[in-house]
Amino acid sequence: MERPLTQHIPASGAALHIKEYEAVGGYTALRKVLQEFTPAEVTARVKDADLKGRGGAGFSTGMKWSFVPMNVSGPKYLVANADEMEPGTFKDRWLLEGNPHQLLEGMIISAYAIQATQAFVFLRWAYKDAAREMNKAIADAYAAGYLGKNILGKNYSLEMQLHTGVGRYMCGEETALLNSLEGKRAIPRAKPPFPQVSGLFGKPTIVNNVETLSFIPHIMNNGGDWFKSLSHTADGGTKIYGVSGQVNNPGAWELPMGVTMRELLEEHAGGMKNGFRFRGALPGGASTDFLTDAHMDVKMDFAGVAAAGSRLGTGTMVVLDDHTCPVGFVHNLEHFFAQESCGFCTPCREGLPWTEKILYALEQGHGTYADLDQLDMHTKLLGPGNTFCALAPGAMEPLQSALKYFREDFEQHIKEKKCPYAHHSH
Amino acid sequence: MLSDTEIAQITHELQQVPVKKAACIEALKIVQQERRWVSDESIEDIASLLDMSTAEVDSVATFYNLIFRRPVGRHVILLCDSISCYVMGYTKIQNKLMELLHIKYGQSTDDGRFTLLPNACLGTCDHAPALMIDNDLYRDLKEEELEKILKKYE
Repeated sequence: MERPLTQHIPASGAALHIKEYEAVGGYTALRKVLQEFTPAEVTARVKDADLKGRGGAGFSTGMKWSFVPMNVSGPKYLVANADEMEPGTFKDRWLLEGNPHQLLEGMIISAYAIQATQAFVFLRWAYKDAAREMNKAIADAYAAGYLGKNILGKNYSLEMQLHTGVGRYMCGEETALLNSLEGKRAIPRAKPPFPQVSGLFGKPTIVNNVETLSFIPHIMNNGGDWFKSLSHTADGGTKIYGVSGQVNNPGAWELPMGVTMRELLEEHAGGMKNGFRFRGALPGGASTDFLTDAHMDVKMDFAGVAAAGSRLGTGTMVVLDDHTCPVGFVHNLEHFFAQESCGFCTPCREGLPWTEKILYALEQGHGTYADLDQLDMHTKLLGPGNTFCALAPGAMEPLQSALKYFREDFEQHIKEKKCPYAHHSH
Repeated sequence: MLSDTEIAQITHELQQVPVKKAACIEALKIVQQERRWVSDESIEDIASLLDMSTAEVDSVATFYNLIFRRPVGRHVILLCDSISCYVMGYTKIQNKLMELLHIKYGQSTDDGRFTLLPNACLGTCDHAPALMIDNDLYRDLKEEELEKILKKYE
């Protein structure tokens, strides 16, 4: 089984430095691209591989790049979205800490494809080790001639900068991230114009996820058919999956795209801990719908998870066990979303705290049946099309599916006027 | 008044950006690095350096979770309260910390040693529950380890 993204990362997770990276074929893709490929040919190959964005939305990467106007002069930007902050998600941390040059090489090739003049790594503040390693990697890449003026003696130049954030979930949304890079509040921008045309400082800009960009050197070296062959399903490539919660072996693994939920939970995560029963899981971070026992054979790719009524999202699963209250679980999520709402549009700013308060009341034993109607209503009124960005609709995904799959738990809180779970006593 | 070091660092940032405003977040980080928090006076100083209104700078400062607009202790404890840590029982860690430090969220110890804050997901969910003190990450936390961890910070 091939694991292109993580095979060279030592088990300790320590970073591969430039010499070690070069020794395992690092920067050969960049050499090859600058010698043999026009920018359009790079984009064509990525399109041909049908690489889909690993940040959560699953949009075609090559397609995204193809919207950048190529016959304009002036600055253009490429940004690596390394602001991993989706609760339950810890996959990009592995790549950032373990193989920073793979990301840089992917970024330089991607920047060449859109003829960007400047690239940024927008890094989560909490990733202190990654910040240290990225700074070193950028300096080493400059010293080796992979960055700066006339890269490897060719007619292409690129500057690279690390930006560490100051903490706000909204920065994961690409237009909000761009506002933050401009020194502003991270509120989302109206689209169109899309960032590909008018992004950072009004210039054409591509924002891609760390895992997405880390694939680029491998796709350039091995081609689209190879990339597709890594997968079990129609969505190509490997995927970094993760599992957290009361399982025997929580962690992250690079696996063929399209492994089943059962395989992930039982083979890789080692099954539920003794005394804990599986009740459900958010398959791809906090803003995805629950999957349950009935979905164990769902193939974890973009189409498979969508057909099961959820989203692959970030591919990092959070497990709900039978000792954890589903109402408390969802209350925790809505507390997060209410806190992280940027407050720019009214449904999100007002609606999320309302759902948080209702869920808190239910947990405290003060809930009524009318509250369930209110929650149902919110899942619709904060759903897609009613808010400025995807934050509130994402926040409603775990809530609407909890109301569907764990309704009896909600009702039990109302009937018994208390939370029936002995909280956190395990 | 901003120190010469702060002004030098902010001036350096200004050279990296096409418009002055774009250095706002970096300027806030620089000031906080030096003073641990950002006072009203510092907001005014940054505003005049970047040709912004104080309200504009404050709107940025108050938006971000990790810019502190009130004084904090010598060490800031950020306890993850997001979903994986919830499932793995962060509330026990929270209660123990509050008991050991005699403070609640948002408060600092009387000796100015610690400030305790809840924090959104630290991205280390396979090792929940987790917290950070300054630049140090602690994972797979158990209540009984907390006292020893706190002892490392003066």
